[in-house]
Amino acid sequence: MNPRRQKRLVAVTAFVLLLGGAIGAMLYALQQNIDLFYTPSQLIEGIGDKKVKPEVGQRLRIGGMVVKGSVRRVPDSLKVSFDLVDTGPIVTVEYEGILPDLFREGQGIVAQGVLVDKTTILASEVLAKHDEEYMPPEVAEAMKGIKHVPPSQLYKESDKGQQP
Amino acid sequence: MIAEYGQLALTFAFCISLALAVVPLYGSFKGNQIALELGNPLAYALFFLTAFSFWALSYAFWANDFTVVYVASNSNSLLPWYYRLTAVWGGHEGSMLLWLLVLAGWTAAVALFSRSLPLQFQGRILGVMGLIAVGFYAFVLFMSNPFMLSLPYFPVDGRDLNPLLQDFGMIIHPPMLYMGYVGFAVSFAFAIAALMGGKFDSTWARWARPWTLAAWMFLTLGIMLGSWWAYAELGWGGWWFWDPVENASFMPWLVGTALIHSLAVTEKRGTFKSWTVLLAIGAFSLSLLGAFLVRSGVLVSVHSFAADPDRGLYLLAFLLVVVGGSLLLYAIRMNSVRSQARYELFSREVLLWGNNIFLLTATLVVLLGTLFPLVHKELGLGSISIGEPFFNQLFYYLVIPFSLLLGLGPWVRWKQQQVQPLLKPMSLVAIATLILALGTMAATQSIQANLALLGLLLGAWVGSSAIFELLQRLQQFGSIKQGLTKLNASHFGMTLAHIGFAVLVVGVAMTKTYSVETQVRMKAGDQVELAGYQFKLVEVYDLKGPNYSGEAAELDVSYQGDYVTHLHAEKRFYTVQRSVMTEAAVHARLSRDLYVALGESLSEDSWALSLYVKPFVRWIWLGGLLMSLGGLIALCDKRYRRRSTSVEQKDTADA
Repeated sequence: MNPRRQKRLVAVTAFVLLLGGAIGAMLYALQQNIDLFYTPSQLIEGIGDKKVKPEVGQRLRIGGMVVKGSVRRVPDSLKVSFDLVDTGPIVTVEYEGILPDLFREGQGIVAQGVLVDKTTILASEVLAKHDEEYMPPEVAEAMKGIKHVPPSQLYKESDKGQQP
Repeated sequence: MIAEYGQLALTFAFCISLALAVVPLYGSFKGNQIALELGNPLAYALFFLTAFSFWALSYAFWANDFTVVYVASNSNSLLPWYYRLTAVWGGHEGSMLLWLLVLAGWTAAVALFSRSLPLQFQGRILGVMGLIAVGFYAFVLFMSNPFMLSLPYFPVDGRDLNPLLQDFGMIIHPPMLYMGYVGFAVSFAFAIAALMGGKFDSTWARWARPWTLAAWMFLTLGIMLGSWWAYAELGWGGWWFWDPVENASFMPWLVGTALIHSLAVTEKRGTFKSWTVLLAIGAFSLSLLGAFLVRSGVLVSVHSFAADPDRGLYLLAFLLVVVGGSLLLYAIRMNSVRSQARYELFSREVLLWGNNIFLLTATLVVLLGTLFPLVHKELGLGSISIGEPFFNQLFYYLVIPFSLLLGLGPWVRWKQQQVQPLLKPMSLVAIATLILALGTMAATQSIQANLALLGLLLGAWVGSSAIFELLQRLQQFGSIKQGLTKLNASHFGMTLAHIGFAVLVVGVAMTKTYSVETQVRMKAGDQVELAGYQFKLVEVYDLKGPNYSGEAAELDVSYQGDYVTHLHAEKRFYTVQRSVMTEAAVHARLSRDLYVALGESLSEDSWALSLYVKPFVRWIWLGGLLMSLGGLIALCDKRYRRRSTSVEQKDTADA
């Protein structure tokens, strides 16, 4: 091989190896950081045809409506627990910290955390959107058929948001 | 009535954009002088009509004209006048109109400032801008018209602007961001125009460079302002969330940064041509992808606009046409382009090639992390989200080699560099790096082998290398004084931008490592200590604003017994939108921020509060600011203006 070709071969091989390594590392990191989303009934009954249930200790996201009257605070601390529901089963979320501005009973929220037993999640983060009628789309999907007409639909245009 | 005029102007503007898409391109292929010369007036007309239309919508907001649906759903008569004006871009339709204004502005700027380009080439650029404009004007006019009226039954008052957007950062953040996004349309148009002509030379790169730099500068500024706004307004004390919408703006930035560097190679060495063109197409395509992701409702994010599948479909189709069309043209034209320049393994070309590889890998990481949940869901595998650690981890591994290369890059010559002459200056830089990094660490915290030390080392490496290189370059002119006047502006710009990157890296690493936060339950009179600071809650009282009510907390902060500052944090309840907003109290210094957010009321007299001490967090935005300032200075380089005219003279002389 002439030196130019050799150089090119080295360059191309190095490029392919780098790219392969990078993509491999990326996919590995991705796999480590996937958080599956569950609704309370999916958590208890399992997801999909195979009824896959999460294992205790697994990181996950859960979304549902906060059950009215279920918010319990521990005096003299920021510990709080509340129940979530979608179409039937109820799960409990435990959290320590400040709940988001729009956290309210009867409203849809998403919590990120770890499953500590079959029906309890220890949340590291609780999210509620800055919108009074907000329901996480996943919850809305799971609750299809349950009537929920947000007052915002009284207006035809309900766009709110900011930058792209 | 004014709103109807705005609608009319917008319709005319659409017609003009159709003409702009056809006439100059026709002229450029048929050699029709008159058609080519029509390009400029058409571009100006497009801008003035759009500006009028934008003014009309602003007027509707100013005058509380709630017959306009868009005004009614984004404003309120109680809203202060300055927020009424910024509410123009507070929702989907209005922000699209702003997008059009920016697009028309860039088109007019191209017409104004590139009169020195060969007429045929300028005509093609304007034609491509026109084609892009047709797509967007049609989108606004037919699918998201901001001038829609709700007559005869119109609301008495509006639904108010989303309280999140009632903030100073919001006034300038979207316009800057759009200047960046749409600015890449100009780079794209330059690339497509060159593809049409099949002629790529270093003059082409020199023409395209200032436009790309300008777009990049605005995008940098826009992203930085967005980060600052999120920090001040969301009350989480965070400055970057890897939110899909942030990612959507970050991807064009990464590719744009790669493009700036690749253009430098194309200009100076006449190589990397096809790569540069591909990057120009990529930067604009990613801007469009961002628009699609944000406006179609496929993504869930604090930022996204309300979902509308039709709009999403239109934008997706537009994106596919742009990407498909330009790649097709690229495939047809590009195999005739050959780079002649030779370079060795250790040369600036190769290092810049490395820069591009890292930036594109980073883009791939962000793209994967943003789109993977979408794909996963569409495949029916269930909803997932990608955790922040994914991005943090991979960026950690990417930034280390990237910064090491960046410290080396400016020292290395084009074509070929011997190792020997670099050993002395680089070891000087290395010593300076160690002193700076360890010194800063010892002065602010204790010395430990952690992320902060790594960040300081990398930052000091990049920063001191940039400064030494500048000094050395200046000395080549005889003395530093002479050098200051003779060295071209783009070199200063580059140095400043690299220092900006160094500052950013230091800021990120220090904040990530040394930020402390606590969430506490406090009564009036309670005192909490955090990182040596004593936070004392003095009182909490009721608040009454023009369109909100709420509570305010007053805190006194002292450090080891010495009074530091007084903090005022608010929690507002916006009555019309019925939503609660946290107005965090921030006391900012270069070395640290004190940050307090008032949480919910826990009982009659006790409150939840979030307290943060965040060292070096200002450095993050300072770094961004320095980077865009570097871009601005580079933009002032005389050669971007002077030589393009001399080229034209040469061209006419040749003809």
